Amino acid sequence: MALQSLDIVRRSATTLPEPGIRMGTGDIAVAKLIDTTKCIGCKACQVACMEWNDLRDEIGTNVGAYQNPPDLTASSWTLMRFAEVENSKGDLEWLIRKDGCMHCQDPGCLKACPSPGAIVQYANGIVDFHEENCIGCGYCVTGCPFNIPRISKKDHKAYKCTLCSDRVSVGLEPACIKSCPTGALVFGSKEDMQQHAAERVEDLKSRGFENAGLYDPPGVGGTHVMYVLHHADKPELYEGLPNDPQVSPTVRLWKGLAKPLGLAAMAFTALAGFFHYVRVGPNETDEADEIKAAAERARLLSASERTP
Amino acid sequence: MSSAPRRTDTLLRYNANDRTNHWSTAIAFILAALSGLALFHPALFGLSALFGGGPWTRILHPFIGLLMLLAFLFLAGRFWSHNHMEPRDWEWLRRYRDVINNREDRLPEVGKYNAGQKLVFWVIVVCLAGLLLSGLVIWRAYFSQYFPIGLIRLSSVIHAICALVLICTILVHIYAAIWVKGSVHAMTRGTVTPGWAWKHHRAWYREMIHAANSRSRPD
Repeated sequence: MALQSLDIVRRSATTLPEPGIRMGTGDIAVAKLIDTTKCIGCKACQVACMEWNDLRDEIGTNVGAYQNPPDLTASSWTLMRFAEVENSKGDLEWLIRKDGCMHCQDPGCLKACPSPGAIVQYANGIVDFHEENCIGCGYCVTGCPFNIPRISKKDHKAYKCTLCSDRVSVGLEPACIKSCPTGALVFGSKEDMQQHAAERVEDLKSRGFENAGLYDPPGVGGTHVMYVLHHADKPELYEGLPNDPQVSPTVRLWKGLAKPLGLAAMAFTALAGFFHYVRVGPNETDEADEIKAAAERARLLSASERTP
Repeated sequence: MSSAPRRTDTLLRYNANDRTNHWSTAIAFILAALSGLALFHPALFGLSALFGGGPWTRILHPFIGLLMLLAFLFLAGRFWSHNHMEPRDWEWLRRYRDVINNREDRLPEVGKYNAGQKLVFWVIVVCLAGLLLSGLVIWRAYFSQYFPIGLIRLSSVIHAICALVLICTILVHIYAAIWVKGSVHAMTRGTVTPGWAWKHHRAWYREMIHAANSRSRPD
């Protein structure tokens, strides 16, 4: 989505700040709020996503559940995940979660990406892939704490939910929001969404869901896609929503300390060699060595003559 | 280099196959290092232009790495037996101050390779093994799908660390060849002078004389 009218605050594989002269007075953090307690699993959002983004995934096979396709793909950027959970009273709870990019404030994909400008973060918080800069290495998959990006088999580029950055940039809400018949999906400023979520959580608590809460994980600096969960104390019930997601320490080491230290180590090694040459000088062989070598040879040969 | 009369008493240190094998490995290493560094640090991403851009760098890098490994396997087969560490090698390493200050007369005798060269050899063996295993895990186009995400993350770090150690080691290797005059000629033209062999690899020099002597004497 290159021709955007949104301010970019972060680009992948870039060591200097982004253009920052604009005041950003119009930039407000946005968020999509997914209320799992209102979701009926109709998948209208999946269809809207396909339609707006012009995606048609391959027809798959029925895996014996409502979940279809079974997983996110390069052509399916959002997906209803259906979890059948037995609660402590022995009742079945059908927990349905719309999965897709969480648009982390501290995005692991962007941190891991080696290609300048293939992943950007806008001032409004949306994390977007610019596929024309994508080299297809899959480091974003390695960096993502939510297992979201998918590399297309067709063009070897990474794809995921854009939060409809093209629509948001012209003041529209994302396509999925448009399609939701129950109001489980809402979109607005992050602040408004947090407030709306707080009201929802209060309502849920009054109905007996004492652990209801907002999922806005601080380990990734908060997200611009948030969930209202009936069981916020156990997010993993919702088909493996991570409990305390963060950019893995391994990825932070690889993309943090290792980079400057690695360059420094290489530069130091090369300079050490250069200055050794300057200070100590080359190790040369001169005519005296040749004479000693010839003497050694003569000695060895005469010794072997004596002991045939 | 050109004005000096051609010597007739030089010793053959590397034959044409050794040299071809060494330089095939070296060329593959340089290409693998440049393409890998392009993906390692944003400041070096420009190196990807040498390979036809980012996607081509991503496509080519693992194949170049495999070529380097293949070339090195042959090289290791040639040089393996000369690179076992011996007691005198550890003594040689303990006297590293004499080594770096060109005081070779104070060092233990050296065979075909000195302890530094042997260490370079074994570091390359270990790093290439690490690069191969971690590289397969992070090779997204063909293999990553078969591995859990934790292992992919770990392999990414291991790949970077092995590559850095290897690059630094090869920098030392290259510098040593520039530092010890006559070494580059040995690997480009194959021969060394008796004085060079006597000074830097005296035990090997004796072996060469004995070998030549026993060849020239019919039994």
